[in-house]
Amino acid sequence: MKHLLTAAMPRDEAVALLDLAEDMHQIQDREVKKLPALRGRTVVNLFFEDSTRTRSSFEIAGKWLSADVINVSGKGSSVSKGESLRDTGLTIAAMGVDGVVVRSGSSGAPTQLADWIGRPVVNAGDGTHEHPTQALLDAFALRRRIHGGAVRGRGLDGVRIAIVGDIAHSRVARSNALLLPALGAEVTVVGPPSLLPVAAADGTRLGVRAETSLDRVIAERPDALMLLRVQLERQAGRVAPSAGEYITGWSLTDERLARLGDAHIMHPGPMNRGLELSSRAADSDASTILEQVTAGVSVRMAVLYSLLASDHPSAVDGGTR
Amino acid sequence: MTTLLTGARVLGGEVRDLAIEGGALVDPATVDRDAAETVDASGLVALPGLVDLHTHLRQPGGEQAETVATGVRAAAAGGYTCVFAMANTSPVADTPAVVEQVHRLGLEAGLATVRPIGAVSVGLAGERLADLGMLAGSAARVTVFSDDGHCVADAELMRRALEHAAALDAVIAQHAQDPALTRGAVMHESPLAAELGLTGWPSAAEASIVARDAMLAEAAGARLHVCHVSTVETVEVVRQAKARGIAITAEVTPHHLLLTEELVRGYDGRFKVNPPLRADRDVQALREALADGTIDIVATDHAPHAPEAKQTAFADAAFGMVGLETALGVVQQSMVETGLLDWAGVARVMSTAPAAIGREPGYDAPLAIGSPAHVVLVDPGARAVVEASSLKGRSANSPFLGVELPGRVLHVWHGGRRTVADGEVVTGGAA
Amino acid sequence: MTSARTVLGPDEIARALTRIAHEILEANHGPDGLVLLGIPTRGAYLAQRLADRLAEITGDDFSGRVGALDVTMHRDDLRATPTRASHPTRIPAAGIDDRVVVLVDDVLYSGRTIRAALDALADLGRPRAVRLAVLVDRGHRELPIRADSVGKNLPSARSEHVSILLDEVDGRDAVTIEGGAA
Repeated sequence: MKHLLTAAMPRDEAVALLDLAEDMHQIQDREVKKLPALRGRTVVNLFFEDSTRTRSSFEIAGKWLSADVINVSGKGSSVSKGESLRDTGLTIAAMGVDGVVVRSGSSGAPTQLADWIGRPVVNAGDGTHEHPTQALLDAFALRRRIHGGAVRGRGLDGVRIAIVGDIAHSRVARSNALLLPALGAEVTVVGPPSLLPVAAADGTRLGVRAETSLDRVIAERPDALMLLRVQLERQAGRVAPSAGEYITGWSLTDERLARLGDAHIMHPGPMNRGLELSSRAADSDASTILEQVTAGVSVRMAVLYSLLASDHPSAVDGGTR
Repeated sequence: MTTLLTGARVLGGEVRDLAIEGGALVDPATVDRDAAETVDASGLVALPGLVDLHTHLRQPGGEQAETVATGVRAAAAGGYTCVFAMANTSPVADTPAVVEQVHRLGLEAGLATVRPIGAVSVGLAGERLADLGMLAGSAARVTVFSDDGHCVADAELMRRALEHAAALDAVIAQHAQDPALTRGAVMHESPLAAELGLTGWPSAAEASIVARDAMLAEAAGARLHVCHVSTVETVEVVRQAKARGIAITAEVTPHHLLLTEELVRGYDGRFKVNPPLRADRDVQALREALADGTIDIVATDHAPHAPEAKQTAFADAAFGMVGLETALGVVQQSMVETGLLDWAGVARVMSTAPAAIGREPGYDAPLAIGSPAHVVLVDPGARAVVEASSLKGRSANSPFLGVELPGRVLHVWHGGRRTVADGEVVTGGAA
Repeated sequence: MTSARTVLGPDEIARALTRIAHEILEANHGPDGLVLLGIPTRGAYLAQRLADRLAEITGDDFSGRVGALDVTMHRDDLRATPTRASHPTRIPAAGIDDRVVVLVDDVLYSGRTIRAALDALADLGRPRAVRLAVLVDRGHRELPIRADSVGKNLPSARSEHVSILLDEVDGRDAVTIEGGAA
């Protein structure tokens, strides 16, 4: 693995990353939350887009592995003064950093940086493209819920997961639609027709089954429901339905919660209570929301370790390039 | 001085000699062969000088990307003897002063005829008509009007533009792109765009404007030219409009004849173009439409950009590709080598027909005795990899870098003057 | 390349482990405070076997006093080798503070693995003492580290390859040596 740009990866690689994250997860129970694996390594968090939670999660992950972590914010940096993405990347690489974690509002920016700077690049969310570490942490949290203590070496075979919301503009949906099926899960994306991505000739969207009715999907009794953050204010009335229309059709209301059975309820955060899901749903025992946050650090430790620990990373060059 | 081209395959067919004297083609039988300069054209295909109805020369205002002088150098290297320079310069070519400046720069550069295109609307803003009559009557004698880069989206403005153009025997070249359907769009709307997380550009955004404009042109009794047709749906609309007898012509770019959206996968800004690279079904339909005459011409949409405009996030990168120097090779590969078009057909779609649409005289009888000596000799058997360093224009934003293309332009005469010799542009100041 | 030569068979391995168990008890004056931590993968199985023997000998329940200590993240050769997979660390619920921790590994060679283990241990707590038991000591130490109990001293050339096979992973018990100067 040279970069983590996409969640599209072979099953073996995904399972190995999740297993490694399990080992990393143990550190959370320790008094000394420090491993020396990346001592002397420098990681730059290059965030062109604000995201306190993702940046903090990567920062903690790097620090727990003893890397030096530098945060570079896009706001107020030379980027906002017209410096090209390429020049920014080359400048940071020239400072001798070992790896770059990139969050960008532009789809593909991490892929381009990876081509330009010759350093390991981790995609921490790019535009409406992908958010691979989010998908990995979702898989991590769900795998623990499904398999309990015996998770090692296992995927999510036969687990039926519905992803609900603005699928067209969600990088979380994209990465999960790639990763979860690779782990054996059956994924359905659900949302208002105008917020579903373009369908392929076979009717699939993002390579998975698409549905417009959440009620139909709930009637199928899925094993997990993943509710995406919806930002209706961005396009209300044109592309997206109104909040009222959204809640009527696609919110996990108390009434739908009652029909959901014991499905796990997931949300990448931050939540809009009352819009994507009711407070009762968010706070129920079925909710994995806080576990997902905790999993984030472990998964990101696994990713940073895999990319940066060795000067000779394995030759695996699949989806993770 | 007389130049004798011996043994050329004229328009890819009959092998015979051509003679150039005093800026025109003359009967080889009448020339003094001993006194003439002789160019061995055996094995080479002789074509008329190519005419590009859609070139961005960037001057004035975009000189870091291209100038009239560098642009015509690229044009000559590609076998072109006449280029129509798009109006989206800075300032916009919406006044006689600007079009006359471009015209004059073209005369100074000398390597090819430069025909300025006038803007349809003032500042390309799509709000008020430019002074089409004054542009037509200027020293630059504008015959083509276009807001290219922008669509004339306002239906009434388009209607009035067509009416004015009809009176001037000019043509409106429409950049067909419904702006409401393409907000933020950077590539073809498709499952691939969904996968890449890039905002897609529906095919209907092009075809719907063409359908509207065809109706307007019919009502106005005007000539409509559709720039860079890129989808199977638009081809169908153009076909139906022609069947109705509407005076509509259409162009396709070389890149839309060869490349598909798959190239966008790596987010390389070189493959960002307007209209976007489409799906394979579109490429196939465009080739067939060019072969059967539904699409009249190949036009390059040569759009130079400085490196910094491309080496940025895909969504922020500039639209456009350079194309003058690769157009003929791409057409050979996509149309000739596939059997869809013979060399006479190439001469029609790259010289005779675009000259007719642009009302450029001297191209109506390709390589006929008595015509102006706009001649290209091509070695169709040569193959070469396109390199940035070999491009003669100022910018290298070609989608074909590293790609092997057939055909090599070896010699070009523009009105009898040698502009390319043995593949190299002949520099030597103004004609 | 010479073929692998077996230097310890199943019976000899069993006897060696029994002897090590007795040595551990003797050095500790009994089973009190003992915790066994094996270094994955094979050291972890050896630690479990030793725990079983200690339970047999003393009659105490050792099931809560055996675990595994992964040292991957503490290794000093991470940069130079291809990315290493890690293994779970399992620390007995009672922890290691004030215990006598016996580190168990299959082969003692350069000593670098044990150095990493001592570092890993320091992050987990403060044992009263740390002991080291290994099945094979093949020499060539690069650090000042010595085992308290050794199943077999096996002088070897650096060019030779010593393999420990255990029933739990490899389907049989054996120690083999191969390679070296012809």
